Amino acid sequence: MKFELTEMHWLDRHQPLTLAELAELSGLPATELWDLVENGVLTPLDPTAATQNFGAECLAVARTAARLRADFELNPAGLTLALTLLDRVRELEAQLRSVHARLPRPHR
Amino acid sequence: MKFTDYYQSLGIARDASTDDITKAYRRLAHKYHPDVSKEPDAEEKFKEISEAYKTLKDPEKRAAYDQLGQPKPGEEFQPPPEWQQRYGQAPFSSDDIDLSELFAGLRAGGRRAEGAERTMQWPGQDFEVPVQISLEDAYRGTEVELSLRMPEHDAQGVVRVVPRTFKVRIPRGATDGQRLRLPGKGGKGFGGGRAGDLYLNISLRPHALFRASGHDLYVDLPLAPWEAVLGTAVDVPTPGGAVRLKIAPGTVAGRQLRLAKRGLPKPHGGEGDLYAIVQIVIPDSSSDAERALYQQLAAVSPFNPRTHFAVESSHEV
Repeated sequence: MKFELTEMHWLDRHQPLTLAELAELSGLPATELWDLVENGVLTPLDPTAATQNFGAECLAVARTAARLRADFELNPAGLTLALTLLDRVRELEAQLRSVHARLPRPHR
Repeated sequence: MKFTDYYQSLGIARDASTDDITKAYRRLAHKYHPDVSKEPDAEEKFKEISEAYKTLKDPEKRAAYDQLGQPKPGEEFQPPPEWQQRYGQAPFSSDDIDLSELFAGLRAGGRRAEGAERTMQWPGQDFEVPVQISLEDAYRGTEVELSLRMPEHDAQGVVRVVPRTFKVRIPRGATDGQRLRLPGKGGKGFGGGRAGDLYLNISLRPHALFRASGHDLYVDLPLAPWEAVLGTAVDVPTPGGAVRLKIAPGTVAGRQLRLAKRGLPKPHGGEGDLYAIVQIVIPDSSSDAERALYQQLAAVSPFNPRTHFAVESSHEV
């Protein structure tokens, strides 16, 4: 049986999510998500707004957080450290990809 | 149902203590957790050790598992019939579920036996699927077909694995590392819980000509020495078709010539740029006539490409 799928969302800042939606979709409790916001792991779209919205790219981070917390039984401090380091790794990988893209290949 | 040796999965003896089980799990989880591991088979491997740990860390489940004896891994076996009464399970549909789902079902059955059916509600499983597409697909948008096996609970709470095939339209604008969410297309929820989501993790297949960084593309532009010196006009390939590019006289190797908006389209409008990186190349072999011209050039030209090498610090080797 085949299903034609039409509804889909890019996980990026054009798809705002509330903290409650982020909690529901990631499975991480809102209180723990808020810890990650306060520790700078998740950044709201507009930190000065009365109600905090998050770009949907935060959902990928929150889902990783939920998995790491469950699979390694991490406490909030350990989780923050792991996510901060993972973010750094992703950033370096992106830089490496960009450097590789700019490097000419030998012509022969 | 196929048997899986959970002790073997964790690399421990059958009489291992709970502490040893946890230690073995942690050691392997650090190595194979898909969020941190670069091992090629990390996901599959982690699933195996995670299943083993979930069953063996729980004394009740471990006892039930040990009761199965030691069939050979992969060997067919039937779960003991008394599990039905003990865990309040509906009849097992043992042909289409595997061992991990059976043990996950023990928990569900246990809950129902406590009369907690009204509160027994949980969301369906989310699925994350890697999808590799070509650069041309990213440029135009594409359709991919996904075949997944999704565990679903039926009305009695019995877990069945249902094969599902999706045809997914990936809109133009995808690039490496981007994710798409298809809400409600994961596993079905149970007891009124919401359905899980399907996540697609996009990556680009390496391309013969173009290298992507985000939505920008890079292409090597080889020039003959005389083209670089005298200038020329060349056709540069772009995903949308070749573009005529004027090369100014005196173009040096490594220069990046930017072709604005000729990169990959972005999901919400706009395009990345395409950069042609100049390379100055020479033929594999030169004829006598060509060599004579180069010798003539060498004699005539005062050009020293190495003036920046400090002469005074050089030593005879």
